[in-house]
Amino acid sequence: MTAPKKIQLFHTCIINEVYPEVGMSVVNILERLGVEVEVPVSQTCCGQPAFNAGFHADARKVARHTLDLLSATEGPIVVPSGSCGDMITHQYHMLFKDDGEEKEYAAKAHAISERCYEFSVFLVDVLGITDLGARLGLKAAYHPSCHLLRGLGVKTQPRALLAEVRGLECVEVKDQEECCGFGGMFSVKNAAISTGMLENKLRNLEASGAKTVVSCDMGCLMHMQGGLHRKGSKMEVKHISQILEAGLP
Amino acid sequence: MSRFLDRVETALKDEELKTALGRATERLGSRRSASLASLENSDMIRDMARRAKMGLLQDLAGNLETFERNLIKNGVKVHWAEDGKAANRIMVEIAKSRDCKRAVKSKSMATEETHLNHDLLEAGLDVLETDLGEYIVQLADTTPSHIILPIIHMTKEKIGEIMHRKIKVPYTNDPEKLAKIARAKLREAFLSADLGITGANFGVIDSGTIVLVSNEGNARLVTTLPRVHVVVMGIEKLVPSLADLDLMVKILARSATGQKITTYTSLVTGPRRPGETDGCEEMHVILLDNGRSNILGGPLAEILGCIRCGACLNACPVYKNIGGHAYGDTYPGPIGAIVTPGLRGVKDWKALPDASSLCGACKEVCPVRLDIPRMLLELRKQAVEEAKVPWTLRAGLWGFGLAASRPWLFKPGARLGGIAARLMAPGGWIKKLPGLAGGWTRSRDMKAPAPKTFQQLFRERKTKGPAASVPMGAETAAPAVNEGSGHVR
Repeated sequence: MTAPKKIQLFHTCIINEVYPEVGMSVVNILERLGVEVEVPVSQTCCGQPAFNAGFHADARKVARHTLDLLSATEGPIVVPSGSCGDMITHQYHMLFKDDGEEKEYAAKAHAISERCYEFSVFLVDVLGITDLGARLGLKAAYHPSCHLLRGLGVKTQPRALLAEVRGLECVEVKDQEECCGFGGMFSVKNAAISTGMLENKLRNLEASGAKTVVSCDMGCLMHMQGGLHRKGSKMEVKHISQILEAGLP
Repeated sequence: MSRFLDRVETALKDEELKTALGRATERLGSRRSASLASLENSDMIRDMARRAKMGLLQDLAGNLETFERNLIKNGVKVHWAEDGKAANRIMVEIAKSRDCKRAVKSKSMATEETHLNHDLLEAGLDVLETDLGEYIVQLADTTPSHIILPIIHMTKEKIGEIMHRKIKVPYTNDPEKLAKIARAKLREAFLSADLGITGANFGVIDSGTIVLVSNEGNARLVTTLPRVHVVVMGIEKLVPSLADLDLMVKILARSATGQKITTYTSLVTGPRRPGETDGCEEMHVILLDNGRSNILGGPLAEILGCIRCGACLNACPVYKNIGGHAYGDTYPGPIGAIVTPGLRGVKDWKALPDASSLCGACKEVCPVRLDIPRMLLELRKQAVEEAKVPWTLRAGLWGFGLAASRPWLFKPGARLGGIAARLMAPGGWIKKLPGLAGGWTRSRDMKAPAPKTFQQLFRERKTKGPAASVPMGAETAAPAVNEGSGHVR
């Protein structure tokens, strides 16, 4: 693919409402790389909360809206989240049958999944960039979020980007690829188990000596941040775009 | 609170369980990775094994009939059991008509499923488990908490205590001494038993062979010393041929315990033939359905390809936290969260598929690549359609679906929520949430939504910021996606 000049940003509901600064970091990086960012204003949420809870009819409504919205645009769609990206690229298919009245949306789901890229994948695989010139003296731990790692199968791209950040030391963490216990509604419906998983994760992160947890998913980071804040820990959480933006001239 | 959640709370408070599970699952997980890495073409072998298993399901009935014919050719008597009760009844009938008094068993999850020991004892038979783990389970009068390692939840100290109390031997926590004591007890039983009961890891269709893998050699003694050998086998445990068995054996032990192959792999093809020096006099196979045929042909059919290696349990962060007993039935862990509602109906077991963060670790390690997260999602869907879910959740997600497909409703709604949340959150953090959401604040603070959304920041920067030269976004460039356009309804 020739380097695209323009992308559509599916910013995710959590970034829009809770972490708008992450969205701005994503925009800043993309624009610096000469990519124009469009934000379809009518976007809401990918619908994963309803889908994962088993409410397919409700999820379908949201998916139809998102598919209509994105189908009316052109070019790559960048999603700064492995989880929402996985929902759009892999789970929308489960909502629409290939025949009958849902055929139109099954076709749209297929077309949109072909255009969808998680943020780090877009930088590394589409733009072909790993070194953005970032500089940041920091000891950090990368948390491979489950839906990014095992849903989208993205393992190397975020690490390649982080490896080029000058001054950044990425430490290894025990059971690094294990879930933090978020899982959306799981964290409230099965709060006790989720808490057990979070405690393991935070214990391992703290033992790693990292000052900051870096990930490509604000859902997982919000979860870990909530646990860290409750404990009074000094450890911070950052989306990968915030690390890559640091120290840019 | 459901009974599942009660069991979870109990399990999470159990420090001994945490210690025992933590030690074992960590060791098993790393051994699994190492042993699979040492297998050349392991990805291809897993694909081939999956294909073999899935292919069989296309015509399970036909394959079972062929298997039955080949078993009969080998001199085996075949029985069909619709459910667990029927299987146990057949077993008791066989035992009584052959005047069997004392049964020895090798490890079998199918007979755990049918609660065979209970029915045998009730019918006046003596029955002894001979797998070391199962032997201790039987002594402790409990159930296995893992499909491969029945007493993964016990520390060696606990095991020493149980053996001391139940069979009056001096207390020790030395695993080797404990195993020696058990071995002596078990040898006596093997020599005096007249009925041997096993499960089946695989049934090879074209040769009519029952395959048993074990590490202790007890399965070999159970199948050869007693006069009568009865196999209880789930109808899904077939493999087409010995060549396919090779694939299965290669991945089973590696996935289960990280061994290249188990110490013993027994292929039992009928009872003792004239001129042979060992083997049972009479062999029976009970083919157990017990709900499996209801799964066949439906969206959970894939689960019938499971070879019961237990890798998904060892990889599952939920299982690692709560152990096997919390799942409340024979099969724990991710596989249990599908098999149990699949066999017994989702209505009473909907808590199990809910208890997953959908992290996908199970799918990653599954030797036959079962898409466990997909099946968990399918069961959640069925639960919503068929079973009762709390009206608050139903109403909440209906509202979410309604609003999130209508931006003119979603955005003000989210903002209003944000304002409310910030009012509750001095310093930007919410310490306590009401209702269902209170589960979050049990152990985590909740960051309040930001005063300005990303879309607001993005718009503001474009109108006044340094990047004003950047072309405007969708609002001007793509009017078709604007609010109020025909596309959003």
